[in-house]
Amino acid sequence: MEGATVLSMAKKATPKRPSALDDARLRQQAIGAQLRSMFEEVVNEPVPTDFLDILRRADSEDTDKS
Amino acid sequence: MSEPETDSEKARDEEFRKALIALIPQLRAFARTLAGDPTAADDLAQDAMMKAWDARRSFELGTNMKAWTFMILRNQFYSEKRRSWRQTQLDQEAAERTLVAVDDPASPVALDELRMALGGLPAEQREALILVGAGGFAYEEAAEICDCAVGTVKSRVSRARKALQAILERGDYERDGKSASEVMGSILAHAERLSGAR
Repeated sequence: MEGATVLSMAKKATPKRPSALDDARLRQQAIGAQLRSMFEEVVNEPVPTDFLDILRRADSEDTDKS
Repeated sequence: MSEPETDSEKARDEEFRKALIALIPQLRAFARTLAGDPTAADDLAQDAMMKAWDARRSFELGTNMKAWTFMILRNQFYSEKRRSWRQTQLDQEAAERTLVAVDDPASPVALDELRMALGGLPAEQREALILVGAGGFAYEEAAEICDCAVGTVKSRVSRARKALQAILERGDYERDGKSASEVMGSILAHAERLSGAR
């Protein structure tokens, strides 16, 4: 287990320099993570109460109609 | 006007209402990426939510409600934009300005940079990338939401990714006299912190 880790680390460390392809992939991953965090930032905001008020109002209007 | 509701319809409405409430945070986030300005975005999300509520009987429970509501929100956004076209001359440039105008001092620098770069993309590429890259939709679902072919979504996402990277690396915008490599560097660093936090 430990040997395998060392081996894979050695493998990772050996390339003379990261290829342009690896670099591009890394950048794309970073942009992807950033994009998700931008979206999540709003998702995690508390929902303003008027959103729920509107639905509640719509609900009672429907009840009044029937 | 409406017919008396049966118990099963009431139960169905209740189930629908719960599902809609659970989707509000997602709808707000998607609206923010379209409208940019937080207040305008919340108005849009509320309008879409009411549209979805009014159309609840036409929704098949058990099918993808998130995609269905996103589609309603998107249609709402574009129909409002068309309507206000003549009054405000809201053009692509103005849409980009509102998207870019989000200036939250608390948000990490890299996020601001990303918002600005997103503002530089054509609208259809931006929304495709956001649906697939942030909203978690499959290409097929995004195609349904945007009312276009799956292949079209794929190519839009791919072009958006390339363009975004190019914009961020080139630094096609002026900001605090920062060089483009610093911007990409801060995005890479922020992504590392994000993955480390998980």
